[in-house]
Amino acid sequence: MSIISVKNLTKKFKDFVAVKDISFEVDQGEIFAFLGPNGAGKSTTIKMLTTLLHPDGGMIRLNNFDPVVQGDEVRRSFGIVFQDPSLDDELTAEENLEFHGVLYKVPSSIREKRIGELLKFVDLEDRRKSLVKTFSGGMKRRLEIARGLLHHPKILFLDEPTLGLDPQTRNHMWNYVVKLNKEEGMTIFFTTHYMEEADKVAGRIAVIDHGKIIAVGTSNELKSKTNTKTLEEAFLNLTGTTIRDEEATSKDYLRMARRMWTGRK
Amino acid sequence: MSTIYILWLRQIKRYLRSRARIIGSLGQPILFLIALGFGFGPIFKQAGGGNYMQFLTPGIIGMSILFTAIFSGIELIWDRQFGFLKETLVAPVSRTQIMIGRTLGGATVATLQGLIVLILSLFIGFHLEHFGILLLAIVIMFMIALMFTALGTAIASLLEDMQGFQLIMNFLVMPLFLLSGSLFPLQGLPKAINFVSKIDPLSYGIDALRGILAGNFHFGLGLDFLILFLLIIFFIAIGTFLFRRIQV
Repeated sequence: MSIISVKNLTKKFKDFVAVKDISFEVDQGEIFAFLGPNGAGKSTTIKMLTTLLHPDGGMIRLNNFDPVVQGDEVRRSFGIVFQDPSLDDELTAEENLEFHGVLYKVPSSIREKRIGELLKFVDLEDRRKSLVKTFSGGMKRRLEIARGLLHHPKILFLDEPTLGLDPQTRNHMWNYVVKLNKEEGMTIFFTTHYMEEADKVAGRIAVIDHGKIIAVGTSNELKSKTNTKTLEEAFLNLTGTTIRDEEATSKDYLRMARRMWTGRK
Repeated sequence: MSTIYILWLRQIKRYLRSRARIIGSLGQPILFLIALGFGFGPIFKQAGGGNYMQFLTPGIIGMSILFTAIFSGIELIWDRQFGFLKETLVAPVSRTQIMIGRTLGGATVATLQGLIVLILSLFIGFHLEHFGILLLAIVIMFMIALMFTALGTAIASLLEDMQGFQLIMNFLVMPLFLLSGSLFPLQGLPKAINFVSKIDPLSYGIDALRGILAGNFHFGLGLDFLILFLLIIFFIAIGTFLFRRIQV
């Protein structure tokens, strides 16, 4: 049974079509990887699946709900670790987790226990009471992952969760995610630029480029389809070797401005 | 309820932790009280207006609340730019609850700020008849705060970044403050100014505050209260409507 179902999904930003008429299904309990170069449309798709953006065309069903009209029901079905930072810098690590736990209605006894476990898991136990603004990039990333794992949703979205993490932490995190998938039947939908992660963890992989899905299958299927030995080669074969640029958005300018004024990152 | 509480708590924690912001935003009202209060005091008395410090202080308290409340609402833009808004928007809670929690938090912060100005004004020369009226004054301060936090949130919901900030300051916040009768009595004004002061929501807040704290009403407490109450509902409704439409 498919828990995520997408048909002819389209999203435009002014003249630029970010997602062009894509369709795919993800089965309940599956680990599904979404691969593509920068600017391919991965994050835009995730934003539409998670009610943050409204599609311009097509249909989405997530846990049988429509994100456009049943936002609250859809939001009750998933959890997400974002690609960009989404912590509150002025709160402590613990407070960020607590805030999340309360919003997701994790009962306080379980909340306390899991916060302790997760902070230990991402090795931030001793920084529990420190403000997040004092954290390094890697520490923030680890805290975001801990937060995403605090409540146990039906579907977990991970948008480039391991970006900028060392191999130890990456390995550690994926073991945990796979365990959640096995023990709780949690469906995992993730994007990454590390091909070996997708190769190792994902059941099926979709390759997206220029807003279109160009291939879907298991790692082995993609390799044999492109006559290549590794997933990385298959990926390059499918998407070409040109380097993609992402345009700086107003957000980047604002970040720069804030850094200038406050000396913060 | 827990959702609203945790959002409220977040605003309070952020406020209490930013000592620089608290002290920084007290500088302006204190300067206004000293410069205008003592500067215009003599001429105000000569013109038969009575004690200007008594007249001015409620106006300056209103100003502090207005500024702090609008900023608290506008803070939404920072949350949006730095990602935290996404965290709340994907949570399984209704956006109306998020909006209400934020607004109550921002309004509480603005009320605290107003209260601090009131306390400091007692050292500058403002005289409080009896402390029993303080509770009623706090209710009015909270109403002013609620109204403008909701307005700030409504505006912030429409903006992507801080580019429009100067525009809001110069064409909304400053006129709201200066034309509200915070600095001068509303009697005998030219028709146009009189009209504008009547459609300025802050006028009713300041009038209520001045009536309670210093004993002279222009519109009357009943009318002030009614208009504040209706405007709070109106701005919260608009704010909620616009907030629900946010996409990131």
